[in-house]
Amino acid sequence: MYGLAMAKGLLVTLKNFTKKPFTVQYPEQRVKQHPRFRGEEFVWYEERCTGCASCAKYCPLGIIKIVTTPSETAPAEGDKYRLELFDISINRCMFCGLCVEACPYDALFMGSGFEQGQYSRKNMVIDIDHLRQADKHPSTFFRPQLEDAGYDPRGGKPLHWQEVGRESWQWHQREKAGMRIDRPVPSDLLDEEPRVDSSFVEDRPTARPVPREDDA
Amino acid sequence: MNCVLGPDNILYDTLLFRVIYDFVGQLLPCGLAYVASGFAIMFLLANGVLLGAGGFSWAERRLIGRFHNRVGPNRWGPFGTLQPMADLFKLLFKEDLTPRGADRIVFMIVPVAMVAPVILMMAVVPFAKDTALANLNVGVLYVLAVTSITSIAIFMAGWSSNNLYAMFGASRGVAVLISYEVPVVMSLLGVVLVAGSMSMADVVSAQTVPFLLVQPLAFFVFFAGTSAELNRTPFDLAEAESEIIAGYHIEYSGVKFALIQAAEFGAVLTSSAVMVTLFLSGWSGPASSYLGWAWFLMKIGVLAFVFSWIRATFPRLRIDQLLAFAWKFLLPLSIINLFATALEVYFLRDGAGILEATDLWIMAGINFGVAIGCLLIFGTLIQDKVRPVRPVSGVTIAAPEVF
Repeated sequence: MYGLAMAKGLLVTLKNFTKKPFTVQYPEQRVKQHPRFRGEEFVWYEERCTGCASCAKYCPLGIIKIVTTPSETAPAEGDKYRLELFDISINRCMFCGLCVEACPYDALFMGSGFEQGQYSRKNMVIDIDHLRQADKHPSTFFRPQLEDAGYDPRGGKPLHWQEVGRESWQWHQREKAGMRIDRPVPSDLLDEEPRVDSSFVEDRPTARPVPREDDA
Repeated sequence: MNCVLGPDNILYDTLLFRVIYDFVGQLLPCGLAYVASGFAIMFLLANGVLLGAGGFSWAERRLIGRFHNRVGPNRWGPFGTLQPMADLFKLLFKEDLTPRGADRIVFMIVPVAMVAPVILMMAVVPFAKDTALANLNVGVLYVLAVTSITSIAIFMAGWSSNNLYAMFGASRGVAVLISYEVPVVMSLLGVVLVAGSMSMADVVSAQTVPFLLVQPLAFFVFFAGTSAELNRTPFDLAEAESEIIAGYHIEYSGVKFALIQAAEFGAVLTSSAVMVTLFLSGWSGPASSYLGWAWFLMKIGVLAFVFSWIRATFPRLRIDQLLAFAWKFLLPLSIINLFATALEVYFLRDGAGILEATDLWIMAGINFGVAIGCLLIFGTLIQDKVRPVRPVSGVTIAAPEVF
């Protein structure tokens, strides 16, 4: 019969009428993002960065500009290069995350934002001051150590540079200082101290990322 | 000055008019007071219809949003209730364009000619006890006559716009309106037969049993025909956005477009009002002498909801499907309904020609059986007429012979 299918159609729309609307009202409500979201505000830890410019080399668009000068501090004090410039012009960035994957010292992280609308192209350049002052809410993209700890960049606490590495921070400090160490598997180093003289670093207990309470 | 309305006056039955007339008559001479109170009541009616059209445009967009799992307009005002105001102001500030080569006078008349029948329709509809503007003894005929003006307005719009899309839309619209006028009139004849009067107030008072139950087939035909005449979505060929952009009102902008839109949304409400009066027992209900208007508005709301529901659900028909639906489905149904009703009225009425409530219930039972049977039979018969066009299979064109 002809009208039956029409009656079924009416029932379908009536069923949809009783459901909650699918729309997320954007400025008031936001879709909950995955912690691995590759967002806009890059998170950069100056303390971890050696100025190696791996990120700039790996960037397929060449939009990361790094200028370094040899620092005055002795290598044993923990600094090889001083960064003069660290510009990411995100107006051409496609958020592929290759710079984050390339960083050998876990100094660069993707952010979790997506609302960097600007009125001018000049404002789309994230410079070094901006990176220094920005809130440190790193995305867990390509950072399994954060993901394993259950860190959520949206709503999680800002992370200190000592908390975000894939190995203990003391090891990182020595590696950065140019000390040759025989290098075991990094995961073995997570819990035990490296077999080198560590007299120049002050010993602090390794801080680990704390899982969020409301994440459970 | 004490002005008294004679009982032979056409407006004597209108309680609202008499109240206003008594009040104004103390200030003005009687003839002037008659005209002034008429204008007052017309002001009320016209603004009520236009405000209702605005409100309905918001309500329909919200409802269709919910039917589509969206939210609908909700930004401006609480729950977006001020959205019609925003739309109106946007349209008021738009430039009012008239295309080159247009027939200017006809082009200007069209918005008024679209709005006028919508408001005129409300003149005979009693929205509470004794509150129709004019209790015409041919109210049903008046409604049918007034709604037919819309087809002329549509054709005027299409002709005067100097635009082929508008002309297409207008010819489609007129074809639809002329076709659907026939079953609509035929279905109303059954109602008039049962009520024994063409006056809207008498039809309401005759509905001890709502005519929705007594005349289910007539209600179905009238509802389908009316939604076709209103150019609403399953039948909106005249203004099909995806085919002929906006149809007959393609060249209209600014205030004129606002008026045409108001006429379209208001027409839904006023035809719902007519339908409520004719089929859903109008303003009557519990405590109807005080709350008649509330019952009336509530029933209009229910019908408007059904209109929105249908609009949210069905895709547009093709023109041949549309005309087949009118001539091969609705017209036979309305004729069958008319014959069945006439026979029932002939056999069931008593000596004075009055139908009791029990007679109405008997008629309801018979007519429901007739309605279901007819819908089944004609639904099966029309199936072939409304299928999509397929190429004829099994016919091969012979290749031309090559010498």
